Amino acid sequence: MREKEIDILKDYKYGFTTDIENIKAPKGLNEEVIRFISNIKKEPQWLLEWRLKAFERLKVLKEPDWQKPKYPKIDYQELYYYSAPKSFKEKPKSLDDLDPKLLETYKKLGIPLQEQKRLNGIAVDAVFDSVSVATTFKEKLTEKGIIFCSISEAIQKHPELVKKYLGTVIPITDHYFATLNSAVFTDGSFVYIPPNVRCPMELSTYFRINASDTGQFERTLIIADKGSYVSYLEGCTAPMRDENQLHAANVELIALDDAEIKYSTVQNWYPGDKDGKGGIYNFVTKRGICKGKNSKISWTQVETGSAITWKYPSCILQGDNSIGEFYSIAITNNHQKADTGTKMIHLGKNTKSKIISKGISAGLSDMTYRGLVDISSRANNSRNYTQCDSLLMGNKCGAHTIPYIKNKNLESNIAHEATTSKISEEQLHYCQQRGLSQEEAVGLIVNGFCKEVLQQLPMEFAVEAQKLVGISLEGSVG
Amino acid sequence: MLKINNLNAKIEKKTILNNFSLNINPGEVHAIMGPNGSGKSTLSNILSGKKGYEVTGEILFENKNLFELETEERAHKGIFLAFQYPLEIPGVNTNIFLKTSLNAIRRAKGEKELDAIEFLNLVKEKAKNLKFDEEKLNRQLNVGFSGGEKKKNEILQMSILNPKLSILDETDSGLDIDALRVVADGVNALRKKNNSFLIITHYQRLLDYIKPDFVHVLINGKITKSGGPELALELEKKGYENFN
Repeated sequence: MREKEIDILKDYKYGFTTDIENIKAPKGLNEEVIRFISNIKKEPQWLLEWRLKAFERLKVLKEPDWQKPKYPKIDYQELYYYSAPKSFKEKPKSLDDLDPKLLETYKKLGIPLQEQKRLNGIAVDAVFDSVSVATTFKEKLTEKGIIFCSISEAIQKHPELVKKYLGTVIPITDHYFATLNSAVFTDGSFVYIPPNVRCPMELSTYFRINASDTGQFERTLIIADKGSYVSYLEGCTAPMRDENQLHAANVELIALDDAEIKYSTVQNWYPGDKDGKGGIYNFVTKRGICKGKNSKISWTQVETGSAITWKYPSCILQGDNSIGEFYSIAITNNHQKADTGTKMIHLGKNTKSKIISKGISAGLSDMTYRGLVDISSRANNSRNYTQCDSLLMGNKCGAHTIPYIKNKNLESNIAHEATTSKISEEQLHYCQQRGLSQEEAVGLIVNGFCKEVLQQLPMEFAVEAQKLVGISLEGSVG
Repeated sequence: MLKINNLNAKIEKKTILNNFSLNINPGEVHAIMGPNGSGKSTLSNILSGKKGYEVTGEILFENKNLFELETEERAHKGIFLAFQYPLEIPGVNTNIFLKTSLNAIRRAKGEKELDAIEFLNLVKEKAKNLKFDEEKLNRQLNVGFSGGEKKKNEILQMSILNPKLSILDETDSGLDIDALRVVADGVNALRKKNNSFLIITHYQRLLDYIKPDFVHVLINGKITKSGGPELALELEKKGYENFN
C-alpha cells in the first residue's frame, strides 16, 4: 500500500515532496493540494469536482466573526492539509517516552494499557486484543447489512451511498469552516444502517481501528434508513496532544422515516496549558436531519477540552412528528473558551425538540451558550423546551446565555428556562467535613449538576465522562 | 481526646472567641449553651476546619495539632460536625453521597471500602433505627427535605460514620418533639466509652433526652461557668443574663 502511494507520488507531475517515512502535501491551500489529496485517496472524479467546487466557494467566503471567543488570525497557507500516517520510527516507542502527566490522566480514567498505546500511536503487537474484537464486530455487523468503515473506504466501496448523501445536510456552500472541510477533508467515519435494523452495539471510533490517522479535517456521515436505530460514540476520553491548531470537522446525520440516531461525543482535546498557551481550536460543524416522519436525532456532548470550542450540533426537523434532542455539558477551565449550543429548526408538523445545556466555567475561562429555536409557519403543533444552567467556580470566569427564538406558528410554543449558580464555599466545606478531598467534592457537586446529561450517555461512557468532569476541574478551587 | 487551650478567634477583626479553653475526655458528653452571637457556631466551624478565621491558641485532638490538618483529614481522624444548616447538593443522590463519604474515611483509615450491597445493608439498618424514611435516601441530598429531615439526615450520617468526636451544632433548633427524640436516640446509641460529644444548643430541652456529663455557659466567646446537668436547668430558670 505504502509503495503504491509512493509510486503515485513519483508520477505526480507537480512534484510534491516525497519521503519514504512521511508523505506530506506541501504547505498551503490551493487547487493543487486538493487534487493531491483526491488523487492519493484514489477518489472518483465527481468527488474531486465536489471538492473543487467547495474550494471555489471558499475563495469568496469570510470566516465568521460573530462568536464570543476571538482567536488570532489563522494563516491557511501555513497549514498542511495532508499528512500520511507517520511511520512507527517517528512515534514514541513505549509509554516511557510519553509525558508522565498524560499517563497519570490515563490512569485516573482507567484506560487500558493497550488502548493508551494505541492512542499515542505506539506500535502494538500483532496480537492485539482489539484487532480480534474489531473483527468479531465487523462480522456481526456485516451479517445485518450494516456498513461501518472509514469514509475513504466507503467512497471506494459504496460510492452510490456517499454520493447520494454527502453534503446534503451541510452543503458545500454552508459557512467558512464547513466549506473548508468539504474541500480538504482527509478521513472520518461512515455508517449506514439498512431499513428496520437495530444496530446491535454502540458504534464507536474507539473500536474502529483506523486504517490511517484522521487529520484535522474529519468528515463523518451517518445514515439511518427507514425504521432503523443506531447509537454512535465519538471521540476517546483520553487527552490527545496534537500539534495541529485547527480542527474543523463536519458531521452529517440523516434519519429517514421512523429511524433514530443517537450521537454521543466526549471531546477532550488538548486545552492548552495553565497560561492559555497552545491548545486546539475545535470549530466543528455537526448537523442532523430528521428527513422522514417519526424520526429522531439526539445529540449528547461532553466538551471538556480544546482552547476554543465553537460548535452547534443541530437538528433539522423536516419529517412530521420528528424529534430533536440536545444534551450538553461544556466545561471550561484556566483560559479555555467555549461558544456552544444547538439549532433546532422545526419544519414538519408536530415536531418536538428538547435542549438541556449545562455549562461549567472555572478559572479565567469564558462560556457562552448560544442556541436557536426556529419554528416555521408550517410546523403546526410543535414544541420546544430549553433549559440552560450555568455553574460558576470562582469569580474570574464568565457565563453567558444567548437564546435566539423564532416562532412563526401560533399553534406552537417554546419554553426557555435558565439558571446561573455558584459552587459555594459552604457546599465544599460540607463535603470535606464528610471526608472528601476538595477535588472529590468539586467532582461530586459538578457531576450532580450535570446529572441529566450524563444519564443520556451509554453506560460505559458515562463512567469515564464522570471521571473526566472531575479531572477537567482539578486545581480550579482554592 | 480534645484539648482546646486559650483559643482566640477573629473574623474581620472582630473577636468572637476569647481565651476559650475546654477539655473533653473519651466517652464524655459536653453541652455548650449560650445566647445568640456568643461564639457557639464559630467554635464548631473552627473545629471542623472552616476557613476565614484568624486564630491563635491551640487545639489538640488525640494529641495532634488540629490546625495542621485539612478539613477532610479531621473527618478521617474521627471528627464529625452535624451542621446547623445542612447543605443541599442538587443532583447528588443521598445514598451515593453517604457511600462516598464513608468510603473516603474508610480508605483514609486503611480499611476496606464497602461495596454497594454492604453499604445498603448498613444504611438500611441505621435508617430503621432512626425511623428515617428510606425512600428519601434515593433523593437528591437535602433537596426538598424539611428542616427536621435535614437534621435527621445529619444524625443518620453520624451513625453511619461512627465518629470519635461528634459536634452537634444546634441540631435541636426547629425540631418537633418526635424528631428531637430521634436525634437523642441517635446520640445515645453512639454513646460508648470512646465516643465523645460536644452538643451546642440554646435550650435545655435536648438535654432532657441526652444527659450531658458537663454543661458550659458560653457568653461573649468565653466560658463563664461550668457544671453538671443541673446547670442547664438553672440556666433555663434564670436566663443567660445572670451568668455574664
